[in-house]
Amino acid sequence: MCLAIPGKLIAITAQLDDTFRTGKVSFGGIQKEVNLFMVPEAKVDDYLLVHVGVAISVVDEEEAKLTFKYLKDMGEVEELEIPSI
Amino acid sequence: MKFLTEYRDPELVTAYLEEIHRITTKPWTLMEICGGQTHSLVKNGILEMLPANITMVHGPGCPVCVTSVSVIDEAIYLSLQPNVILCSFGDMLRVPGSKKSLLEAKAEGADIRILYSPLEAVQLAKQNPEKEVVFFAVGFETTAPANALSVVHADQLGVANFSILASHVLVPPAMEAILSDDENKIDAFLAAGHVCTIMGIEEYYPIAEKYKCPMVVTGFEPVDLLQGILMAIDQLEKGEYKVENQYARSVQREGNKMAQETIHKVFEVSDRVWRGIGNIPQSGYEVNDRYKAFNARIKFDIDIPFAEENKECISGEIMKGLKKPRQCPNFGTKCKPEHPLGAPMVSSEGACAAYYHYAGVNEAAV
Repeated sequence: MCLAIPGKLIAITAQLDDTFRTGKVSFGGIQKEVNLFMVPEAKVDDYLLVHVGVAISVVDEEEAKLTFKYLKDMGEVEELEIPSI
Repeated sequence: MKFLTEYRDPELVTAYLEEIHRITTKPWTLMEICGGQTHSLVKNGILEMLPANITMVHGPGCPVCVTSVSVIDEAIYLSLQPNVILCSFGDMLRVPGSKKSLLEAKAEGADIRILYSPLEAVQLAKQNPEKEVVFFAVGFETTAPANALSVVHADQLGVANFSILASHVLVPPAMEAILSDDENKIDAFLAAGHVCTIMGIEEYYPIAEKYKCPMVVTGFEPVDLLQGILMAIDQLEKGEYKVENQYARSVQREGNKMAQETIHKVFEVSDRVWRGIGNIPQSGYEVNDRYKAFNARIKFDIDIPFAEENKECISGEIMKGLKKPRQCPNFGTKCKPEHPLGAPMVSSEGACAAYYHYAGVNEAAV
């Protein structure tokens, strides 16, 4: 649960207030609502490092893909399968 | 176990390994802090590839492992209060408290929900105004921004039926506690990459200087770990003790400022009891006075007795690097992932569970 998982920002869904700026991020096909407050520079199609529903940095696309593959092989992405409330 | 060709960059893996073997002239003991790194080192068979005189010990970097028995008891107490929904990361449910685990409390009828994010717990509270929703906010610096943001959200939305049970732990004070122990054997640290993505690397300079201990901020993939190990051994062989950043593709020197601001807005630094280690001064976060309405300890006036740890579990010696999992008489016999005596056997990022699953119960100690 400690590792951040990279995913692709596919849409910005809410930006009424900075702290509620939210986007839809795809992690190898699994989509999650992710808070974007801590990555104000993030735009659609960027790859983000996401930890428990909050994006913590923007990362390079190739790096993101390699890291995601590694985490998936290691069984470290199971938390993404927890259904949203 | 993986074969070398399956790694991200097998040629680089081989090159780092050859270089590690070439430059190592003395025995050195290195500690990786992060449980994700421990999992990777053990599952990928890296420990067996290192020179015999390089010892990797596995530090206290798994929040599941270091959350104290008393805090688990607090979470169980809250989950059994009428009208409470206790929300948690899934890994915490099987951790034994003094009498039972959250999973057993759930079987007794407690309303316990596993969530992906603490921000969802605020939504759950909004949807259930007649209930009290408590989020069990464990984690290291990586998780603190999300937990802090949940409190900011609840405050901004006026969701008064939300609170958190904070059990945050911090890496640098734990490193200092380990290095200042009379029995310390650690020559160098691999610091945790994602913790530093949030906090930056400034905090490590005074520790490296004070204890003359190299610190290499390292990622968690095999190629990262081998490069980090090589950088640490290179410093040790040259008699240096610098802070170096192996994981520059994710870690900036100053970290993520907005994440740090969010943490400092909601939390204050506090003493924290670490399971297996004991109290470490100023090694955790607690909700500050400004946001005390969202502190479950205050809201529910929790007052439960301090719980002793299971004396049969040697997790403290393991997390300080004094013993390896297989040196525990209960490893793989009385203590297994299905019925853990202590927390390092619960999570796949705990040293004992990693050894149990991937390195075999009966192999010679590595």
